[in-house]
Amino acid sequence: MADNNTLLQVKDLVIRYETDDGVVEALNGVSIEIHTGKTLGLVGETGAGKTTLAKGVLRLIPSPPGKIVSGEVLYDGKDLLKLSEEEMRKIRGKHISMIFQDPMTSLNPVMTVRDQIMEVILQHNNISKKEAEKRADDMLELVGIPAERGHEYPHQFSGGMKQRVIIAIALACQPKLLIADEPTTALDVTIQAQVLDLIQKLKTRDNTSMLLITHDLGVVAQTCDYVGIVYAGEIVEYGTLREVYKDMRHPYTKGLMASIPNLVENVRRLQTIEGLMPDPTNLPKGCKFSERCKYATDKCREKVPDMVNVGGEHMVRCILANEEK
Amino acid sequence: MNENKKELLRVEGLKKYFNTPGGLLHAVDNVNFSINEGETLGVVGESGCGKSTMGRAILRLHEPTEGKVFFEGHNILEYDKSKMKQLRRDMQIVFQDPFASLNPRLTVSEAIAAPMLIQKMYTKKDRVELQKQVSRLMEMVGLADRLKNSYPHELDGGRRQRIGIARALSLKPKFIVCDEPVSALDVSIQAQILNLMQDLQDELGLTYMFITHNLSVVKHFSDNIVVMYLGQMVEMAPTELLFKNPVHPYTQALLSAIPIPDPDYPMNRILMKGEITSPINPEPGCRFYKRCPYAKDCCKNPNIGLKEVEPGHFVSCERIGDPELKENPNA
Repeated sequence: MADNNTLLQVKDLVIRYETDDGVVEALNGVSIEIHTGKTLGLVGETGAGKTTLAKGVLRLIPSPPGKIVSGEVLYDGKDLLKLSEEEMRKIRGKHISMIFQDPMTSLNPVMTVRDQIMEVILQHNNISKKEAEKRADDMLELVGIPAERGHEYPHQFSGGMKQRVIIAIALACQPKLLIADEPTTALDVTIQAQVLDLIQKLKTRDNTSMLLITHDLGVVAQTCDYVGIVYAGEIVEYGTLREVYKDMRHPYTKGLMASIPNLVENVRRLQTIEGLMPDPTNLPKGCKFSERCKYATDKCREKVPDMVNVGGEHMVRCILANEEK
Repeated sequence: MNENKKELLRVEGLKKYFNTPGGLLHAVDNVNFSINEGETLGVVGESGCGKSTMGRAILRLHEPTEGKVFFEGHNILEYDKSKMKQLRRDMQIVFQDPFASLNPRLTVSEAIAAPMLIQKMYTKKDRVELQKQVSRLMEMVGLADRLKNSYPHELDGGRRQRIGIARALSLKPKFIVCDEPVSALDVSIQAQILNLMQDLQDELGLTYMFITHNLSVVKHFSDNIVVMYLGQMVEMAPTELLFKNPVHPYTQALLSAIPIPDPDYPMNRILMKGEITSPINPEPGCRFYKRCPYAKDCCKNPNIGLKEVEPGHFVSCERIGDPELKENPNA
């Protein structure tokens, strides 16, 4: 489990939102591990709790209504959940930074892009404004934007370029861990290819680790070393990319994979997962997927199954994980 | 095209320009194609390439600037208002965003009944009959009867999109423009909706024009595919041919950029330079010129038209046949 290579370890993280309509059980005991220089992809559908996990790591959960109920977030051996707000601020942007999903709304519209990159540099480094400006310009060039455009405002950039600016901000202080929350979902596929390529290049240069959150199984296959499949606030399958993609065991993972129209083979009819994700204010008692699972038995409905090791680092949360189906 | 099949829709020289403060925006520029009855034409391209505008121009939701649209042999651009209203029964649209395209103040059954009342297929007096028809439609698209009195905000995206489909079907159309009907949905729900649309097509003999940016969806769904770039068609072919042998450099780059969910799949991404250029007052010649890895001076020729490279496969590129261009990196 945790060894010298582990940069981030999340243990049994539970996060809830207390709303007027009841308690939303967004994250129900999630454990993940990220090794230095490696990328973990978290895949799941809307509302599975992927973004809550990312925000939980950086303690950006809005409170109220959000609340980190229990668990540990160990970064370099330190529990981030025990740090003061001031100490936490030194972590964000410097050690761990985040790329948000929507490049259209995550930049400040009344600040030039250079100033926005400088802001994070000045926050974490004791250097003059002139030097910071120089570094900001270097960052812009690095992400493929001419430094002359640094004095422009976000609205003067296209979606792909805005996302490049956000990447420049996130990587300006050379963080050890980058959390990318659906970094390319709002972009066209050719621009997505450019942005993924850029992230990969910079990541390799600085040996940065990454937590990539996405709903696109294709993006994961092309960029990640490890994969976690998230369903209703739990990891249901976890392992190296190859273990999960080549030997998927959980019925949800299988269903998810089968519902993507295949570009390589021809399928006349798509397989679907019947039904919908359970209401997070009213989750089933046992396996969260049992309501939609065609293999579910009474035993599944009684108790949340444990993660079962099926070989190597491959873990599956299903009582049938070791049976051939 | 196959001669046994009946042509339902033919578009000739369709143009839609918008007057903007910056100049004339060429949203759709000289588009030609036809769709046979019971078939699906997929239209792919990136945001801003004019695919949605084209769909709407065909239905005259945007009045085309120039061109002809033949539906069952008649040029519908010559129709007057009342004839057009009549025609709307035959031509319907399903919109992209099920969160924005439904009236928040109508219940599910009111929303589905609305088109039939507008078209006077039922009057207020036939209430019982109308409600029966609404129930039939709801069943057809897989909506539980108990949702009849729900409002859109109570429903998830997949169910809302089912309402959109039920509304389109309510008038018993022959032709439906589907404008990114699944792009706002999660993959497991997307698969449910795609299967539903396929079943309905088989059952009712519908003809679809399926607009999307998602190439895997379009491949799964279409008989023929049109690839658009900045308002123009760059390639048109039967689905199999297009994926087996993409000829236009843009199509090649687009296909190579799709991430395949298989770690062993050799990715051979062609990274294009820059981003989509402005469709306002475009320069003559190939609009892909600035991003094309194969661009040469000859590409500035203002009259590059579609040329047939093999039966049914049309490409608009000045350098077709050039050995340099031939390589398909993902063949």
